[in-house]
Amino acid sequence: MNWYGIKAIYIHEMERFRRTLFQSLASPIITTSLYFVVFGSAIGSRITEIDGINYGSYIVPGMIMLTILTQSISNASFAFYFPRFTNTIYEILAAPLSSFEIVLGFVGAAASKSLIIGCVIILTANFFVDVRIDHPLLMMFFLILTSITFALFGFIIGMYAEGFEGLQIIPILIITPLVFLGGSFYSINMLPEFWQKISLLNPVLYLISGFRYSFYEVSDVSLLTSTLTILTILIGCIIFITYTFSKGYRIKD
Amino acid sequence: MKNILEINNVTKFYKNSVKALEDVNLNIKEGEIFALLGPNGAGKSTLINSICGIVNFNTGTIKINNMDIVKNYRTTRKITGIVPQELNLESFETVWNNVNYSRGLFGKKPDHNYIEKLLKQLSLWDKKDNKIKELSGGMKRRVLIAKALSHQPKLLFLDEPTASVDVELRKDMWDVVKKLNKDGVTIILTTHYIEEAEELSDRVAVINDGKIILVDEKDKLIKKLGEKTIKIELFESVEKINGNLSKYNFTLDQTNKIISHTYNLNSNTTDITELLNDVKKDGYKIKDINTEQSSLEEIFIKLIQENNNELVRN
Repeated sequence: MNWYGIKAIYIHEMERFRRTLFQSLASPIITTSLYFVVFGSAIGSRITEIDGINYGSYIVPGMIMLTILTQSISNASFAFYFPRFTNTIYEILAAPLSSFEIVLGFVGAAASKSLIIGCVIILTANFFVDVRIDHPLLMMFFLILTSITFALFGFIIGMYAEGFEGLQIIPILIITPLVFLGGSFYSINMLPEFWQKISLLNPVLYLISGFRYSFYEVSDVSLLTSTLTILTILIGCIIFITYTFSKGYRIKD
Repeated sequence: MKNILEINNVTKFYKNSVKALEDVNLNIKEGEIFALLGPNGAGKSTLINSICGIVNFNTGTIKINNMDIVKNYRTTRKITGIVPQELNLESFETVWNNVNYSRGLFGKKPDHNYIEKLLKQLSLWDKKDNKIKELSGGMKRRVLIAKALSHQPKLLFLDEPTASVDVELRKDMWDVVKKLNKDGVTIILTTHYIEEAEELSDRVAVINDGKIILVDEKDKLIKKLGEKTIKIELFESVEKINGNLSKYNFTLDQTNKIISHTYNLNSNTTDITELLNDVKKDGYKIKDINTEQSSLEEIFIKLIQENNNELVRN
């Protein structure tokens, strides 16, 4: 393994995060606070509890998931697309690095940034509501796995994007709607039966549900299904990246 | 001297079926400076990008230090460095971070002393904390060289190292290249500045339309293919060419005082002795004599033209 190479990519990417620390952290903190104002105070005054949990507290896992998913994707996609755009990728391709090591460096950094932001959101949420974590290890398991999985997904976008606009299309058109419709701010039990069945087709529902279980021991679907879903997406991303690298598609002419 | 690089039957097609390299065979000896000459789009960059792993080639084998670059990519890439043609750098990073990053990528333990020495050698030390965007084009080119040398490679590829740099800086760069070579680095450079190849290289290859059309030692090449012109300046002007001189195919300048006769160094006879005797026999007095040898550029143009004519015929 080229550990120095992996470390170089990782530190290089984290350095970019450090340089833009204010923007990186201010945006999720402000967004979280706004969600609490809009959803927590306005809607929360009408829906006091879901599954016995205060509404403001109930939406915390969903909000974290929303941020983790979007941040992991945007961090990883930008991180890999940027050297392609500036042509500095020549150096990574010419280095004695395997595709696995390249992915490890980029995805590791993107996932780390998301984890930091996730922790900042938990701290921010504490200023507004009581946040209880019944299963901290399980919470960390979901947080880390989701960060890695969606950083891998972002890496795929970074490999295939043909322009900066391309980096935004999937997060805006697919991921954000899936998160909003995946029970971030409600339980699917509150929906009519037909929409409950439709919601079960949404993979993000399983992630949020499993993650929420780690906080309050309440979930829309079983913990096992949630775990299997995230692992399936993870494996799917790994297979896709491996295939793309083996062909050199969009990376090597 | 042993071969540090061996390229055997390498062919490369791009996605649109454009053949970029066709059956390329080339050996590079350890310690030499090798110039790869060719017009734009001839395949120079594709060849060095294939060697460095930046593009995939379709058929053939490339070996560095007798190791296949695909099977043993970790070992071979560790001893290879590349300076790209374009100024591909991260504008918001400092010189110091950029160079250390490159060293890390190539699997080398951080060595701040070496990087400091390298930056000093390349006159970049006082710019180490500057962001790349604050540097001039020439400085950026030096940073690219520093990055390529950060992991102490044995084989260095310079893709058009002095493209779009001024004359002074070009000479500066040549000194850097010579110094590196003196320190034991084998250098392969692509260029279309013939002057550069003439100044730096030990051997030269000419590539056109993806094919290597000639490989030879620079001096031998100039000797082998070069034509020489003897210029005989006379005291009086030649009004009409007759007598003994009429058998020569020479040209006169505007003053009719300088006779130019071109001959090939390779031919068995150059007619120079005879010519000088005939000038004397015809009653002219010689004021001065000088000879001019064809440059690598003239040879290069001649070769490319011949190759293009052959391609058209085929």
